Amino acid sequence: MTPVPTEHDALARTVRVEGARILATLVRTVGDVRLAEDAVQEAVVAALGAWPVTGVPPEPRAWLTVTARRKAVDILRRERVRPHKERDAALLAELEAPDVPTDDVVRDDLLRLVFTCCHPTLAPDARVALALRTLCGLSPAQVAAVTLSSEAATSKRLTRARQKIATAGIPYRVPEPHELPDRLPAVCAVVHALYTAGHAPVDGPAAFDVDVCAEALRLAELLHELLPDEPMPAGVLALLLLTEARRPARLDDRGDAVPLQAQDRGRWDAAMIARGTALLDASLCRTHGQADVYQLQAAVAAVHARAPRWAATDWPEVVRLYDLLLSVDPSDAAALARAVATAEADGAAAGLALLDDVPAGPRRDAVRAELLARQGRPADAVRALDDALAGPATDVERRHRERRRAELARDAAGVVDAGRVASG
Amino acid sequence: MPQYLALTYTPDVDWWAPEHAAELGEYRQFAARHADAIRASAVLHPTGTATVVRVEGARGGHVVTTDGPYAETKEALTGYYLIEAADLDEAVAIAAEIPAARNGAVEVRPVIVAR
Repeated sequence: MTPVPTEHDALARTVRVEGARILATLVRTVGDVRLAEDAVQEAVVAALGAWPVTGVPPEPRAWLTVTARRKAVDILRRERVRPHKERDAALLAELEAPDVPTDDVVRDDLLRLVFTCCHPTLAPDARVALALRTLCGLSPAQVAAVTLSSEAATSKRLTRARQKIATAGIPYRVPEPHELPDRLPAVCAVVHALYTAGHAPVDGPAAFDVDVCAEALRLAELLHELLPDEPMPAGVLALLLLTEARRPARLDDRGDAVPLQAQDRGRWDAAMIARGTALLDASLCRTHGQADVYQLQAAVAAVHARAPRWAATDWPEVVRLYDLLLSVDPSDAAALARAVATAEADGAAAGLALLDDVPAGPRRDAVRAELLARQGRPADAVRALDDALAGPATDVERRHRERRRAELARDAAGVVDAGRVASG
Repeated sequence: MPQYLALTYTPDVDWWAPEHAAELGEYRQFAARHADAIRASAVLHPTGTATVVRVEGARGGHVVTTDGPYAETKEALTGYYLIEAADLDEAVAIAAEIPAARNGAVEVRPVIVAR
């Protein structure tokens, strides 16, 4: 399902990653997100045209920087109607300077760009779209695919967000340390939302042409690298690593979903788990054991990672963590997960009782079906799966549910036969 | 320096009524604290005193006035401050100190500055 990465993909990735890095500096220089984006976009197109022929230059960032500046100059000359003539003159001089920014400068600019794109005064969906566009370098069409939106709506959302940055005067700066507690949640929420969008799309085929999970992980790494002493980015990175570590076991050879309980834990990425666990422990030390939503979810993932088998999982601990999570940040997904963990800890009946409080939806119905099947009620389980199959699902989820339905329908027929034999 | 209009939305009360004197005092304290940034301000009489003006048809058409079109809403526009600030962060920091931010909401809008 996932397209095999080609040499061209690798090149495109370099261009995209380096493009986002140079964009950050260009935004600061020209003071205009749209102009900088257009210039970088034109430089990226030039690179994609030239590099397959000439080979990737020894310093791709320098090449892209110089080219993007030249494109910015072209755009400024094209748009002579711009109001600030004198400022533009100074700008042109700066753009024509030959020096390429140092790594330190790029790093600071990137942090500025992260905080500007994730400013709390922008709507959450606008922040996610802007992060995908400017920080990950996705095209508007790709952003639309990831956020399950139309390209027209995405373009409008992006335009509105950039307009607000420019006209409302959202500053291009890194917040002061004392401001970080107010500002980091919005940034972390964007990184987490990106990963979730790549990890669990609501419906449609799972394969994007860009690996959004890898992009989110890259941003989480970057944020932690830029702010190593802050516990929240460390918690987000821990959560993403511990989740990503399971990816090799999540699909079988046919591309079908393998539920956590059936996954081959030998295929989990041990190095990622070790790093995720260490990061989680370190970040919990910094918050003195007071866990936020990311640390709690990472802690759940760590419990799973510690268990050699599904049956050996410390279920009471998982239930405890979900109780905490629900008290900090109630959500349908957490309530559903708590019901699953409770069923493991205290039996299917206890899990089913909790499901009554979870709002209806295909994922809840699928869990209900499994718990009913465990109680020896396959006919009820089939009905629950029919409810689940009536709603939206990814192709992979749908195939899994159809397979389970067929198995349970056979079981249900068997139960009826056995009943006949017994009564006859 | 950019300018922002901070519009206060609060319960629709008569600010001259004695029971609001203490609250009005808090607004005065806020204004004194940020006298450097505040370019203009006003407190409004309740919406019951409002008149909506429309001209029907083209310019010079019939002037129609009505009593406010307001449905009974919990919060109404009750005043404004015109604030000068370096950027949105600074404007938001000032707006957050307006008592209305605690007892309602403050809408911060960038002002178009003539070039």
